[in-house]
Amino acid sequence: MSSFSVTRPQINTLYRSFIRYASEFEDYNFRHYFLRKYKTEFRKLKEENVKITPELWNSYQKELDVLKRQSAISKMYHFDRLVVERLDEKHHK
Amino acid sequence: MFRSQLIHRVLPANKHLLNLRSVSSTAFLSTSQSPISNASVKSTPIHSAAAAGAGAASANASSTIPQPPKGSSIEFKLSKRDPNQFGSRPIYLDMQATTPTDPRVLDKMLQFYTGLYGNPHSSTHAYGWETDKAIEEARTHVANLIHADPKEIIFTSGATECNNMALKGVARFYGKTKKHIITSQTEHKCVLDSCRRLQEEGFEITYLPVDKEGLINMEDLEKAIRKDTCLVSIMAVNNEIGVIQPLEEIGKLCRKNKVFFHTDAAQAYGKIPIDVNKLHIDLMSISSHKIYGPMGMGALYVRRRPRVRIEPIINGGGQERGLRSGTLAPPLVAGFGEAARLMASEYDADHAHILKLANKLMDNLLSIEHTQLNGSREQRFPGCVNVSFAYVEGESLLMALKDVALSSGSACTSASLEPSYVLHALGADDALAHSSIRFGIGRFTTEEEVDYVIDAITQRVNFLRELSPLYEMVKEGIDLNSIEWAGH
Repeated sequence: MSSFSVTRPQINTLYRSFIRYASEFEDYNFRHYFLRKYKTEFRKLKEENVKITPELWNSYQKELDVLKRQSAISKMYHFDRLVVERLDEKHHK
Repeated sequence: MFRSQLIHRVLPANKHLLNLRSVSSTAFLSTSQSPISNASVKSTPIHSAAAAGAGAASANASSTIPQPPKGSSIEFKLSKRDPNQFGSRPIYLDMQATTPTDPRVLDKMLQFYTGLYGNPHSSTHAYGWETDKAIEEARTHVANLIHADPKEIIFTSGATECNNMALKGVARFYGKTKKHIITSQTEHKCVLDSCRRLQEEGFEITYLPVDKEGLINMEDLEKAIRKDTCLVSIMAVNNEIGVIQPLEEIGKLCRKNKVFFHTDAAQAYGKIPIDVNKLHIDLMSISSHKIYGPMGMGALYVRRRPRVRIEPIINGGGQERGLRSGTLAPPLVAGFGEAARLMASEYDADHAHILKLANKLMDNLLSIEHTQLNGSREQRFPGCVNVSFAYVEGESLLMALKDVALSSGSACTSASLEPSYVLHALGADDALAHSSIRFGIGRFTTEEEVDYVIDAITQRVNFLRELSPLYEMVKEGIDLNSIEWAGH
């Protein structure tokens, strides 16, 4: 029996972190992609009641680190908004 | 035939306009310059065409978006929204030209620009070892995606180099006894140009035709294979129309006849399932920047068993098994490897997303009158949709669509106004080839963007057609082919 276990609140916290950093992307396409990706993935985790293994948990932590760094980099370089983006839209706090 | 007579009368004065194709496009181009811009468009189609001639002759295809005449009922902007509230950067829908670099790929690459700067071929110290390890990891990711052995992957600068290397390399190595190469008419320019070069060196090349769907005929291929054929080079997914060639059948046939099979998979790698062993592929060209990786990077798969030998183009320090000398670029290689890994792990999600958006785009565009999909409907990669809009010039439509980044074909040829040779090979006439646009959908395209593009295209195709005297004739039921055009 493995002693590794992840509680539901821990997963929820992880999910909220993903959504937070994904929504901080300055780039419209990247922002929407990562939001879509993690919303879909976590919904699936919940629906299919996937067992969180230590490997899966660690890989999610690594992905979250990547997302933190890349969303920060994205904020350093500004490009014009796309024609489908509202100028007054605040996509991050 | 009142209108055609009018054209007869007007045209000789504008000799540069005698070309049927240019009429519809130039008509639109010049509306902003036209002296009769206050007149209703509908009542003066011929004049606007003629006036267009004057504009188009000085024609450095003005870069501002032409606006409809004042007082016209045609709305050019999308009516549902206030443009001032939105950004100005165009939507990117040219994924066949290149794809945006995935942030996860960039994250991998940055380590090599910040700390890991060793030469991967330096075997005497830790700086070399760490980058070498990263390169071998990347090689494994690239190989896994096509079920190959990592030793069979040769890193290059891109798919063009791979295609040159495969064609010239195989031809020159086996050239003493085998002097015949088979390829198809719809290949990428770098394959065709390499073949032309080999022709000058004394090789014989057979260019297989394609059918209306863009697919080669297996019987043609079987007939074309000779005793002295050394290589068959057929692309996996076409860059302009997205059709998938019957790779497995070609591979089997080549293996049976002991001919090497090279496929240019720049547009296919990671986007359709490829198993080099199942498909009997001997050489395969791969590009990194088509799979959200860095530009300036590619790989050639070269089979080891049965062994394919190639004469290297670049000689030197003997890197990459002596087939491609030169120091590898660890940031690019690692980025490419990460991109390949992501193509595998995101395959299902990407495929479902692209298929959904592509179907929506295709269904809506094809519901516009007088449009057609180019290339096979079944045998295709969904992320490449090539549609012809009859009676509208493709380049004019692109000019009217400054808010969407699109292309009428390959990026390599987009600077010239030549119609696409790929569409010609499908049997399309000049007018149709000129009116085609390629839409590329990828991992990062959103549904909102596709909706915008559908609206924009529908509106502007209608707008351009309203300007076109040809379209008016079509609506009146005149068969355009029955008209005798003056001046030809």
